Amino acid sequence: MILTRRALIAGSAAATGLVYAPALLGQGKPRVVVIGGGAGGATVARYLAKDAAGALDVTLVEAEPAYATCFFSNLYLGGLRDFDSLVHGYDRLAAGNVTVINDLATAVDREARRVTLAGGQVLDYDRLVLSPGIDFVADSVPGWSLAAADAMPHAYKGGAQTELLKRMIQAMPQGGVFAMVAPPNPYRCPPAPYERVCMIAHLLNQTNPTAKIIILDPKEKFSKQALFEEGWGKYYNDMIQWINPEFGGADVAVRPDSMEVVIEGEVQKVDCCNVIPAQVAGGIAAKAGLTDASGWAPVHPDSMKSRVDGNIWILGDSSAQGDMPKSAFSANSQAKVAAMAIRGELIGSRVFPAKYSNSCWSLIAPEDGVKLGASYEPSGDRIASVDSFISDTGEDAALRKLTYEESFGWYAGITADIFG
Amino acid sequence: MARRTLLAALFVTAAAGLAPAAAKEIGDPQRGAELFAEECSACHRIGPGAEHAVGPRLNGVFGRRAGSLAGFDYSRAMLRMGNEGLAWTLPTLDAYVANPRALVSGTHMSYAGLADAAARSDLLSFIRAYSDRPQDIPEAEPTARKTQPVLTEAVMALRGDSEFGEYLSAECTTCHQRDGSDLGIPSIAGWPAEDFVVAMHAYRQKLRPHPVMQMMASRLNEEEIAALAAYFAMLE
Repeated sequence: MILTRRALIAGSAAATGLVYAPALLGQGKPRVVVIGGGAGGATVARYLAKDAAGALDVTLVEAEPAYATCFFSNLYLGGLRDFDSLVHGYDRLAAGNVTVINDLATAVDREARRVTLAGGQVLDYDRLVLSPGIDFVADSVPGWSLAAADAMPHAYKGGAQTELLKRMIQAMPQGGVFAMVAPPNPYRCPPAPYERVCMIAHLLNQTNPTAKIIILDPKEKFSKQALFEEGWGKYYNDMIQWINPEFGGADVAVRPDSMEVVIEGEVQKVDCCNVIPAQVAGGIAAKAGLTDASGWAPVHPDSMKSRVDGNIWILGDSSAQGDMPKSAFSANSQAKVAAMAIRGELIGSRVFPAKYSNSCWSLIAPEDGVKLGASYEPSGDRIASVDSFISDTGEDAALRKLTYEESFGWYAGITADIFG
Repeated sequence: MARRTLLAALFVTAAAGLAPAAAKEIGDPQRGAELFAEECSACHRIGPGAEHAVGPRLNGVFGRRAGSLAGFDYSRAMLRMGNEGLAWTLPTLDAYVANPRALVSGTHMSYAGLADAAARSDLLSFIRAYSDRPQDIPEAEPTARKTQPVLTEAVMALRGDSEFGEYLSAECTTCHQRDGSDLGIPSIAGWPAEDFVVAMHAYRQKLRPHPVMQMMASRLNEEEIAALAAYFAMLE
């Protein structure tokens, strides 16, 4: 069932049906509260409710009524998906015995084991799962702040920002300049900025073929670099220019009011600018005192349990766990290990050894997909990579087309696994 | 063992905390640092700001093609091996450090080799820390050695246990949908158990070509494959 904030405040039992309203039936049944309804949070809530078969009281707190995935949003920019296909509701989770509350968690009292929501509701928990994604580091790109995101979108959280960026690209004058300020490590989805550039170039090729794309990058290397650079040369001619630190990519400021970027002191006028800032764990993790000096929340590698508080789990982008990249696939993988560990603690169900994996498809162009993947295991105090693969440069068109089709299958599969 | 007894035993195990699968670190990086100072540092530099010396700098060596750094004058032998596809991974570096000329005949590296396998592991563990981090570049070389999962006898006895299979299946259903949809990724729901087992072993042996499936299958033991087969066979 989906509880609106209003219904909860009104204390409407009728709106919530007969089962699993925490205030009504909380006594005796262990309570798990999950904050954040993305790839980590929705998966852990769904698996807990499904596998505990009524023995747990599972509540998911998510501020948005529906989730627009950041993964695959590049395909929307490229015109290969419509926006609605990226949006997923919580109705199937709610039908599967997860109490879904549309509200924002504002505080965690770890002593009292209690979460406070913006609407004033408080939720007591036996175990708490935080999967709040990312927040941006203030001032990591001089001149940019969240207030400037209307002029220079980050488009690095799915939803309205993604749509705004696309409108701005489409409004560029003929022969205009698109600039991307790429983020420093570590950040959500390592190949995503470079896939994004492919998709934007694909769009511009059709409507604005004399436009230019510059990537201002503080990094010397990036994921799938050889594959992307091969694709940029093959499909997008001279449109894309990657400016690494050697050429000033690490010394960049922006001026959102005048639509300028400043590279090593040199001013460049741009027509559209996508600023992807440096990142840290979603704010609630720091507020709850679960992050370390890095800005991420350290966890135990065999369970994803917080190193700071034994009643709290942290999933996905927010966690500091070792070698796994920050991705929806990683969060989904970690959520399944967490669900198993939490069930083991609360209702004594079987606990099997933790296994994690990540695979990641990127589109170079329509019908040209590449992929990489790795498997991970707990090792000492971290999750370590133990195996990996990546597509080769120079693969034939038939294989690339298969990989492209496979990526659509993956999206359908993982969203069904996350949201039911 | 009766199923009831078995499950009771398992609850005890679960409560006591089942030994988790644990990958093995490559080696001890601290000891590796000492070995690097003794064995390598006369010719090689590593770490922030490292430059070429008598030998090439070793930052980022894991995952790099042999003989591929700009600004270093490699032997013709090393350049040829690089062109033939030699890339530096844990096994290739281990072989090279053990006996440089056995891997690259004609290399200019005048080093007799390090015979002690444990010492090589420690040394490579130290060197690995100065190459790409998988959290930033996921396709980077692994940082630990894969182990077969540690399973207790009680769990091992669960041959074809569909409950175990259901847990393991969570790794499959990120891509293969439980309801049998097969857009872009084949359906495995309702597959006969025997076909499932044969296919997974074919991936394990790399007879079937798909790299994701090769990776997934290579970390499953026979009991796990049997459990998965039992679970997926049950799905409509």
